[in-house]
Amino acid sequence: MRPSIEAVGLTKRFGAFTALDHLNLKVEGAKCMGFLGPNGAGKTTTLKMFTNLIFPSEGEAFINGISVRDDRKRALEVCGDLIETPEIYPSLTPREALEMSGALRGMRAGEIAARTATVLEEVKMSEWVDQKIGRFSKGMKQRVNIAAALLSDPEVVILDEPSTGLDPRGMAEVRSIVRELKKGRRLIFMSSHILSEVVDVCDEVALLDRGKLLFADTLANVSQRLGGDVRAVEAEFAFPLDEGILSGQIGSLPEVASWSRSDPQRITLQVKGGPVEQARLLEQLASMRLGLLSFRESRSALEEVYLREISVGDA
Amino acid sequence: MNATATPAGSAANVPLADGAIGTVPGTFSQAMILSRYQFRDYLRSRRFILMISIVIAVGAILTTVVAYFRPSGLIDNADDFYGGLWAGGAAFVILFAGIIFGGDAIAGEFQNKTGYFLMGLPIKRTTVYAGKYLAALLASVVSLVLFLLIVMGNALFYLGSGAFSAAGPLIASFAIALLYLLALLGFVFLFSSLFKTSLYAVLVVAVLFLFGFSIIQTVVIDLAHTEPWFLLSYVNAIIAYPLTGVPEHIVHTTNPFTRAAITTYNPTYLEGIGVMVGYWVLTAVGGLFLFQREEFT
Repeated sequence: MRPSIEAVGLTKRFGAFTALDHLNLKVEGAKCMGFLGPNGAGKTTTLKMFTNLIFPSEGEAFINGISVRDDRKRALEVCGDLIETPEIYPSLTPREALEMSGALRGMRAGEIAARTATVLEEVKMSEWVDQKIGRFSKGMKQRVNIAAALLSDPEVVILDEPSTGLDPRGMAEVRSIVRELKKGRRLIFMSSHILSEVVDVCDEVALLDRGKLLFADTLANVSQRLGGDVRAVEAEFAFPLDEGILSGQIGSLPEVASWSRSDPQRITLQVKGGPVEQARLLEQLASMRLGLLSFRESRSALEEVYLREISVGDA
Repeated sequence: MNATATPAGSAANVPLADGAIGTVPGTFSQAMILSRYQFRDYLRSRRFILMISIVIAVGAILTTVVAYFRPSGLIDNADDFYGGLWAGGAAFVILFAGIIFGGDAIAGEFQNKTGYFLMGLPIKRTTVYAGKYLAALLASVVSLVLFLLIVMGNALFYLGSGAFSAAGPLIASFAIALLYLLALLGFVFLFSSLFKTSLYAVLVVAVLFLFGFSIIQTVVIDLAHTEPWFLLSYVNAIIAYPLTGVPEHIVHTTNPFTRAAITTYNPTYLEGIGVMVGYWVLTAVGGLFLFQREEFT
């Protein structure tokens, strides 16, 4: 069975305020879906309904086809989640908290011990395994929470802004963990307002604004939305580029639709076509012996689509 | 249902062994697991030290009073000794244990955000409620037993082996005290489910039991001339009955100065046990009903 989560007409109202408005979204298979949106868009509200922390005003949330509202125990059996920054009983140690979590999930004692060591190692908390959680910083607690979410090797992982409270190194580690998780047959549904994080780890993205789903698509298609067949590529050189070389040699290449210079050694090229054309352009740039240091597709496509879609919503 | 072999070298992807995850335990097993860890948390917490301090303080005061006054009616007879020391103090200890261990049991899940950790697990809210109730009950029983041991220590000192002559009534009294504890904890949990702020839950219960019920009791007896049988703080008097005997249900006396008629009520066993069981059941249903509907917004 392919892991799946599905929202069917999922709606949440708080009095007169509609936090989520008839969300219809199905994510299926082993992939990472980024759930994007500005503050107050309804991201956390959605994830809370998937974990039964709050209840839908209308519609239903399903995990692997099981209604979370009707049978939360069975629905959440396959799910590891991290919503906001949970607190764990302060007198417990990470080992005990994970023991409790594993036991409540029905894991065998030996496996709990093995997995506890593994996941705490993964979140770099091994040396704190027997210290009381009450003494931990917010970032350390979040690491333990991530470990708890991964303890049972769940096939559906729901993460609500998992890098909240972490320092830059911790954020990078979380991304690394999520990337590794993707290698398993897992469905990861992760909310974030950090676009670079989503671009870095997600395969697909859903954009939510004011409770409404604006789009859900693959990252590649999102880039496509922005520029059709033209993709932005950033190239960095070891030496400042001469204007003549730029307009003459580089600008005249058939793959280059247009170019702009960010600084003397860095240019952004609008490249016609897809990966094949990019590869050909890279070869040509390298053959020019201009001191090419890096060549990568601009990550700003998602950001531009995000801002465009959100501003359309504002209008 | 869980993914198994994955090719990644990362620790997060180290697969579980076959059969590592059994079926998610049933409601009762999960409640027992949760209560075990919650109880462990209680044992290590400052609140437990506070509760033990209260018990020791109450025990010390009673010990000092008995040692200083050596009331003959008390230290001559085991039934009277336990009736005076144990029965009076037990209701007090139970009240404080209920407030300290139960006051924020549910409200704290919302206020401290510990609920976000628990509720993401495949566990029913009923189970969480039951597990936390069991843990609070166990912690309260530990406090109550400590108080009993202090009283028994005193009894051994004054009565020697005679302290054991009231073992039967003492056990019966302890059993009623446990029933009272069940009911009071249920009541506290109900209010803990009603509020998302621990302080409100603790304050409401403390004010109700320390002042509110006393005022209601006075008003009901003096103005309505009715027995306040429905008050938990009234029926807890039956804790002493196995040791002191059952007093007359309604006692009519006259004020020697004003000549006004005075009516004193004493709960019967049936009333007491019925009301305690009633409180226990109704507050459990009510508390669960509220907790099931509370949202972690």
